[in-house]
Amino acid sequence: MTAVAIVGAAECDLGVTDKSILTLQAQAVTRALADAGLTLADVDGFATTGVSRFSATQLADYFAVEAAWTDSTFAGGCAYEMMVARAAQAIAAGQASTIVISFASNQRSARSRKLGGVVFENTPEAQFETPYDPLNPISYYAMAAQQYLGRFGGTREQLAEIAVAAREWALLNPKAFRYGAGPLTVEDVVGSRMISTPLTAADCCLVTDGGGAVVLTSLERARDLARPPVVVLGYGERSTNTSMTAVDDLTTTGAAGSGADAFARAGITPADVDVLEVYDSFTITAALSVEDLGFCGRGEVLDFIADGRIRPGGELPLNTSGGGLSYCHPGQYGVLLLVEAVRQLRGECGERQVPGAEVAVAHGTGGILSAHATVVLGVDR
Amino acid sequence: MNPDVPAPDDATAGWWEATTEHRLVVQTCRGCGHAQHPPRAVCVACSATDALELVDAEGRGTVDSWTVVHRAPRPEVPVPYTVARVRLAEGPILLTVIDSPDEPRLDDPVEVAWHDLPDGRALPIFRPAPDREA
Repeated sequence: MTAVAIVGAAECDLGVTDKSILTLQAQAVTRALADAGLTLADVDGFATTGVSRFSATQLADYFAVEAAWTDSTFAGGCAYEMMVARAAQAIAAGQASTIVISFASNQRSARSRKLGGVVFENTPEAQFETPYDPLNPISYYAMAAQQYLGRFGGTREQLAEIAVAAREWALLNPKAFRYGAGPLTVEDVVGSRMISTPLTAADCCLVTDGGGAVVLTSLERARDLARPPVVVLGYGERSTNTSMTAVDDLTTTGAAGSGADAFARAGITPADVDVLEVYDSFTITAALSVEDLGFCGRGEVLDFIADGRIRPGGELPLNTSGGGLSYCHPGQYGVLLLVEAVRQLRGECGERQVPGAEVAVAHGTGGILSAHATVVLGVDR
Repeated sequence: MNPDVPAPDDATAGWWEATTEHRLVVQTCRGCGHAQHPPRAVCVACSATDALELVDAEGRGTVDSWTVVHRAPRPEVPVPYTVARVRLAEGPILLTVIDSPDEPRLDDPVEVAWHDLPDGRALPIFRPAPDREA
């Protein structure tokens, strides 16, 4: 199959922007295209969500492009990893030549986030779950954490390492929301305001504006463009549940199948991964992802991440931007996993650069551990 | 708990009707014996669409997981309260609340109680169960 590469990557403004979603989308898309040395005139495909009812069509309208291909897959934060797979297939099949995957949100400025979440009235969840007032998504992740800690004998303090390490990375990233906020300690995390046991406010991601975009084209064309190509080596995905009761075992997720597919397609194992960018909507999300992707055995992740392994300078650099916990979380964070992975593989990350990174994995999680998608990226060899 | 529960639909009407008599039922397939929740138009184990019936449940289960909610999703909701997944003796898992001053533990036995809704229906909630042996 024709090899496909990411040739441009960029963020829109992050944090508190007081800008509209479409203005932020325009920033993300034009900055990613400029990064690649391309313009809107080169684009024949859009993939996005979170804009309107017809999200990708809305972008075609906004940018005045008659798109030969679109994808508005709505699967929460992992949609952008799924879109890389769809886009790579579309480019390989010749349906489109240059595709932009983008997302932007102004949720912090617009104060649009609700603790109870968004549940459609026509779903079983509205009848059988919402009446009990779980926080959505927090209480589901809390129950996953409770079960994991209970079954495998871990502690909240061990889980806090995910947030502590994310802050260490954020202190090296000038674009991070918590850049300059100083280090976070285990005591800070467990002593933060309790939201839904065992998760405190510091176990939960930021609520910020932000977003980003990546541009994909064939590897052959990519080699003539502005930046070193970042090759799409593999991808996989799993969709498992929308309800809080469908999954039998809360201690393992669809990330296991998604990761196994992606690694097999890329012909690699976790040992080959130099940089790992996983979704950290909550500390438990990242912990379960690291374990399910096969970086350690079942029930072992809390011991595995101890002793600085995932911090700057550690053996497994994890969430090198500072993650959703300390860098930026615009509601659907998946596109920013891709942006950071691309930058690490191009060696553009300054103080937080992982030296000699050649293989990076971006793994997204959507909803309440509902959907999972993995992308393996590598330098052009 | 939110008293504003959406109206039942064709697949769930019988389940809700049973709650008006404080009966907990589980949709079960006559063909293959599979029990599932919520009720739906197909047996997910054998694909049958014409063999589903509502069977009285024992009303007992165990705590599969739980969380104490400390921040109210709506201003009028008093906190804290305990949301849980309860694994029924019949197999399916229900989302519910545990009505108890004590924090539960994983696998604690629980039994059904009822929270009446203004429209005559009721929400199954759960309480710690006395040990069966006792």
